[in-house]
Amino acid sequence: MEHDCSLASGSSGCISERQNSIITTGKNKSRIHCADDSLAGAVSQRACVFCGARVVLNPITDAIHLVHGPIGCATYTWDIRGSLSSDSEMYRHSFSTDLKEKDVVFGGEPKLAACLDEVISKYHPPAVFVYSTCVVGMIGDDIIAVCKDASERHGIDVIPVESSGFLSGNKIVGYRAAAEAIMKLIRPKPGEVIEKTRKLNFLGEYNLGGEKWLIERYLNEIGIEVNVAFTGDSTVAALKQAPGSCLNIVQCTGSMHWVANNLEKEYGIPYMDVNFFGAENTADSLRRIAAFYGDPEIIRKAEVLIERELARITPIIAGYRKKLTGKRAAIYVGGAFKAVALIRQMKDLGMEVVVTGTQTGKQEEYETISGLLSEGTIVVDDANPAEIEKFLLDMKVDVMAGGVKERVLAYKLGIGFVDHNHDRKECLAGFDGAVTFAREVYITTCSPVWKHLKESIGGV
Amino acid sequence: MPEGEVVHTAGKINPVKTCQPIGAMYAALGIHRCLPHSHGSQGCCAYHRMHLTRHFRDPVLASTSSFTEGASVFGGAANLKTAIKNVFEIYKPDIIAVHTTCLSETIGDDLPTIIKQSEVPEGKVVIHANTPSYQGSHITGFSNMVKAMVTYLAARDEETIRKKRVNIIPGFVNPSDMREIKRITSSLGVDMIMFPDTTNVLDSPLTAKYDMYPEGGTTVEEIRDTGNSRLTLALGAWSSNAAGAALMEKCGVPCVPLKVPIGLKATDDLIMTLKEKFDAVVPDDLTLERGQVVDTLIDTHFHYQGKKVAIYGDPDIVVPLVEFVLTMGMIPKYVITGTPGKAFEEQVGAMIEEAGIEDYIVKAEGDLFDLHQWIKEESVDLLIGNTYGKYIARTEDIPLVRVGFPILDRAVHPLMPITGYKGCLRLIEMISNALLERRDRDCLDEDYELVL
Ligand code: SF4
Repeated sequence: MEHDCSLASGSSGCISERQNSIITTGKNKSRIHCADDSLAGAVSQRACVFCGARVVLNPITDAIHLVHGPIGCATYTWDIRGSLSSDSEMYRHSFSTDLKEKDVVFGGEPKLAACLDEVISKYHPPAVFVYSTCVVGMIGDDIIAVCKDASERHGIDVIPVESSGFLSGNKIVGYRAAAEAIMKLIRPKPGEVIEKTRKLNFLGEYNLGGEKWLIERYLNEIGIEVNVAFTGDSTVAALKQAPGSCLNIVQCTGSMHWVANNLEKEYGIPYMDVNFFGAENTADSLRRIAAFYGDPEIIRKAEVLIERELARITPIIAGYRKKLTGKRAAIYVGGAFKAVALIRQMKDLGMEVVVTGTQTGKQEEYETISGLLSEGTIVVDDANPAEIEKFLLDMKVDVMAGGVKERVLAYKLGIGFVDHNHDRKECLAGFDGAVTFAREVYITTCSPVWKHLKESIGGV
Repeated sequence: MPEGEVVHTAGKINPVKTCQPIGAMYAALGIHRCLPHSHGSQGCCAYHRMHLTRHFRDPVLASTSSFTEGASVFGGAANLKTAIKNVFEIYKPDIIAVHTTCLSETIGDDLPTIIKQSEVPEGKVVIHANTPSYQGSHITGFSNMVKAMVTYLAARDEETIRKKRVNIIPGFVNPSDMREIKRITSSLGVDMIMFPDTTNVLDSPLTAKYDMYPEGGTTVEEIRDTGNSRLTLALGAWSSNAAGAALMEKCGVPCVPLKVPIGLKATDDLIMTLKEKFDAVVPDDLTLERGQVVDTLIDTHFHYQGKKVAIYGDPDIVVPLVEFVLTMGMIPKYVITGTPGKAFEEQVGAMIEEAGIEDYIVKAEGDLFDLHQWIKEESVDLLIGNTYGKYIARTEDIPLVRVGFPILDRAVHPLMPITGYKGCLRLIEMISNALLERRDRDCLDEDYELVL
């Protein structure tokens, strides 16, 4: 039965202007519109440029992240990631210039300079990132100059991140701002030489729930060392060693392809895309990394590890698969990289993926996604809650993977939910992560609580 | 952490407040069939929705003008007009409550004019509040939006005599608290209009159906009719006084400012005011509840009496909380709020001094860095405040009782009132248990007791 949106009766896709942002695989060949700005008056799920920059840089654990703007931006992004640190907890503090009306009228530069002096002399951080927000962009504070002055005064890196929210309605612009900040940080000072090593950099890995640590364990076991991850559990000093690697592996492509390209251009480091979500992807990534090194011992050890881990987890996953086969899943996440990985994992669990959407997917990525899905699946860009609701009900979804705003919505509809957002707390990468993911999907899809829901609605 | 110097003067480190628009958004959700609209770029709106969602664990919808560079240069009028048209067409609310963000405030968009020029369907309304984030805090934003409800909607019908009814402005509190205040008022047999009212909006049950506009919220018609009520109670000076004063000025409804009824005295004050102004009879049930609170205070006083406590959060919650912990014989050693206002320091300081306590610090516009520094100098036995205090709680090994906004790491709190006599019992329970659990955890084997 067609389910109407709870809002606009009659409008089938809810908002006719958004028709082009929704496709059904197999049915229409039209290309999805995804780079459009959100419609004024739409209830967009998208975040902002500043948010994009902050989520990428925040896991640099010993730096001070100073948000130059009114208080809100700093409060909302205070420790919102599940990125773990093996040492400094500095990144969990929230620093803000807390701009007041006076600053907005007369300019916020003096206050920024004062804040920098204060936090640097109090905490002695190895570097400070200064994020510009909407208002700062509007009033035209020259944060580049203020950062440069402070940097000279204190003899540390004070790096401006140009992330004014109104620059675009898209987080990707923020990823780019973060990427530029990273490149600035790691560029060796004149005369400084970074020695080349056989280590690799792990790009687009944020150590959510300790994921970086897990993958590093695998790599160490097969004889490969990680130089530094961008930016999970990284320190300023470690990042500065980045140019000394022989390979960059890139996990979150959305945030890190630009960096990888530039590392290749500036330091001649090649890169390859990897994906450690799901057992198959993990095995495949390890094999390709080993092949890059071309060392028979590394290749052999990789095979041993893969065989051992698969033997260990396959029966466990098969157990969950038995419970989950035939269930219907929806995915709505930030980036396409995550969506692709999730589709594979859901399918591995015997589930059918019937709805897939992202906030920031690109044209090519949507094509990849569509290729993975069977006919009749809905693919949507920048969906609003009304659309999500409609698709979840129309497609009779049992479980959804998404972020915090989708969680409560799914629950209200009586649908299970797994978190796959940048603030999740569980390690979902690698072989162990595949098991954790299966368990999470199982727990929520097959929770006994749904039985009570059906009873209470059926009016027992 | 740096040694020696303990004050910092520029900016905030670990803030205990956030920006105005989120307060306005929360207030707007307390109007029936209202879609809050954020006039600015979409990031802010996404943050505010997410933060409220995390606290209430319920869906929070709001639309945005989706500013990009164009709007920032040429002004947001076109965006807002399109948004208003789209929202009424697509989402069909009864009312749109627009608030600004730092961006649209900095540009200086003239909202009243833009709204006048917008296409608003027959019978629908658009109201607005200016909520520049570089002034005040989320509490200021809440207050501004509640005031806008009055200035846009409230009206006095000359012919009718004033209705024997009270307007209650509950302040920035959880739905459960609003529910409790309504329960107390109706148990006194007094008619009321509460606005805003987020009960049945942000504490709605699971039905496997998603209602964009749940059952709750004050209707536009009710807010209009507040102008015909006999009295307004403004609970919480920072969140409610401005609206109460506006209603007095616009429609001549007298306003009694009271504290948010947290603790024995503030609850008594609410009940006594209603009793006096409406010749109401206090029902036996309420008298019984009060007696239970006093009885419990006696049963448990030795758990907490003389313990030092640090309290932080929103002024309208913190002020009556301080009053209550003083009733309990505790020592409020450090008290901060992020919201500006000298009145806070004066009011809290006076209460503490009246209780004969000399050694204390109160600060408005403070942050958790300040609090942490003070605690390092001289520690306390207990922290009371929102989730953000958990870092101090862990570093300094002090139990934390979670009260206020936001609570991001625990559930059920939006459904459990801290107001009224029931709220007193809950606060006593939380405070006592936190201290007793700490004792059980830390004591020597020989002091580990079954009965405490
Ligand atoms: S840009 Fe302004 S309104 Fe938006 S979140 Fe930041 S402080 Fe709040």
